[in-house]
Amino acid sequence: MPSIEAVQKDIIDEFEILGDDKESTIFYIMELGDKLPAFPEAEKTEENIIKGCQSKVWLTTDLRDGQVYFLADSNTDITKGLISLLIRVLSGRKAKEILDADLYFIEKIGMGNIIGSQRSNGLAAMIKQMKLFALAYQSKIDA
Amino acid sequence: MQDLADITDQKRKELDLAQIRRKFPVLDQKVNGKPLAYFDNAATTQKPDQVIEALKHYYENDNSNIHRGAHTLASRATERFEKTRNSLKSFINAPSAEEVIFTKGTTDSINLVASTFGKKFIKAGDEVIISTMEHHSNIVPWQMLCEENDAHLKIIPVSDSGELDLQAYKQLLSAKTRLVAVVHASNALGTINPVKTMIDLAHEQGAKFLVDGAQSAAHLNVDVQELDCDFFAFSAHKMYGPTGVGVLYGKRELLEWMPPYQGGGEMIHEVTFAKTTYNEIPYKFEAGTPNIADVIAFDAALAFINDLGKDAIRNQETKLLNHAFDSCAAIKGFVPVGTARDKVSVLSFTINNMHSFDVGMMLDASGIAVRTGHHCTQPLMNRFGIEGTVRASFAVYNTIEEIDRLYESLARIAKRKN
Repeated sequence: MPSIEAVQKDIIDEFEILGDDKESTIFYIMELGDKLPAFPEAEKTEENIIKGCQSKVWLTTDLRDGQVYFLADSNTDITKGLISLLIRVLSGRKAKEILDADLYFIEKIGMGNIIGSQRSNGLAAMIKQMKLFALAYQSKIDA
Repeated sequence: MQDLADITDQKRKELDLAQIRRKFPVLDQKVNGKPLAYFDNAATTQKPDQVIEALKHYYENDNSNIHRGAHTLASRATERFEKTRNSLKSFINAPSAEEVIFTKGTTDSINLVASTFGKKFIKAGDEVIISTMEHHSNIVPWQMLCEENDAHLKIIPVSDSGELDLQAYKQLLSAKTRLVAVVHASNALGTINPVKTMIDLAHEQGAKFLVDGAQSAAHLNVDVQELDCDFFAFSAHKMYGPTGVGVLYGKRELLEWMPPYQGGGEMIHEVTFAKTTYNEIPYKFEAGTPNIADVIAFDAALAFINDLGKDAIRNQETKLLNHAFDSCAAIKGFVPVGTARDKVSVLSFTINNMHSFDVGMMLDASGIAVRTGHHCTQPLMNRFGIEGTVRASFAVYNTIEEIDRLYESLARIAKRKN
């Protein structure tokens, strides 16, 4: 599995190809969301909703062989695309790696300009939730 | 006779769109690399340069507190402030300028009525009638009042096409009805409600009637005497005027009988610690220093509308709406929400298999500004079983070319999932 660093570099390169064209960038983000693995309908519960997002985002996690895996879905395609980027970078890694991850790719690809300030807050809420899950696993491991 | 014919011709002639657009500096810009097409006019319209100039002129020349100052600037500011009130009297054909009260906006106007008329007049067991298509601003104040006074809120249902069920309305009306509060034109659907008929029916039962005119004042001819409404509420910023100014028209006898809204300066006649007597209308309802600059600039917005003429404005907007509806209806997956016969220029829709937020974001990427979501009408969205819509709302400065761009972008967006 490539490092967090390497995956972030890949994403930055991909977005560089798209350039300044906002429409193709948004279409691309939505396509990324389409490729996310199916999220079980039964897991779309109030409990799994991330607070602080304008649209609905469901996130579940599990720990297998010491790695944290994330599964997510959203009722809007753009949000689904955004969280697919986070999953691509963070899912399947050790809790400690997730906690230490510096997600500079978000700023590098100009996400703030693409999605605006309201959605940027939502994106921050998603990252916070993913890191909280990692923290919970890490404290279990440490205990 | 010759002169009269000329004037009529003049009124009938097509609006000079290029000239109108030049008055709106904000329209001349690129958004995301594309020329801006501003279709969020039901949320707020853009402002012509004469409104912007009036604001600037006031602060550069006349700035002063009104109604009490003993100096020239104060009397100049007062005169101009009261001039807007007089213009509004003509604009809605109120019997007198004293029946025109300045507020912060439509929401504030409705809350004023709920807090004064409502508290004094609506008692336990009484009923207030609103409709399913009300904006939250014309729901929540009445809910709060009914809860506090043990009164009941009754709701007029809406048909599949987005029209009020008048038969149901007649059945809801009774001797218990104290007030009916209904929107003149729906912000989410565009439906124009037959308020004149509804007002007459309410009066037969002795009930008073408030018209929420937020979406009608800039688009339809409003004559409060002909309507015979008891209250009419609207906002300046949805009619080419500044934000932060609203109007409440009320019938004199009601306004005089109603208790004041807020306590403070301006609204008093005499204050002693034993007893305070209140000022005459309209000042009784205008406590504190009002939004002087914006009220003054509002007059320039009224002049803008009057110069074009409401009929010509409506004509242009209807042309835009029909063109938008006819072209977009051909898009696979396009579902219009609100297909009433009589509409202001609001095109509300969903795209199959797509969330309205996504559609809005993609349109924005093409420089097209729309509103998405529930439009502060959640009960109405529930009625249609949807979370929200995409809403394109047109103003007099919009063009057929802009609508063609909306169609082209939407066709491309809808194709993704249809």
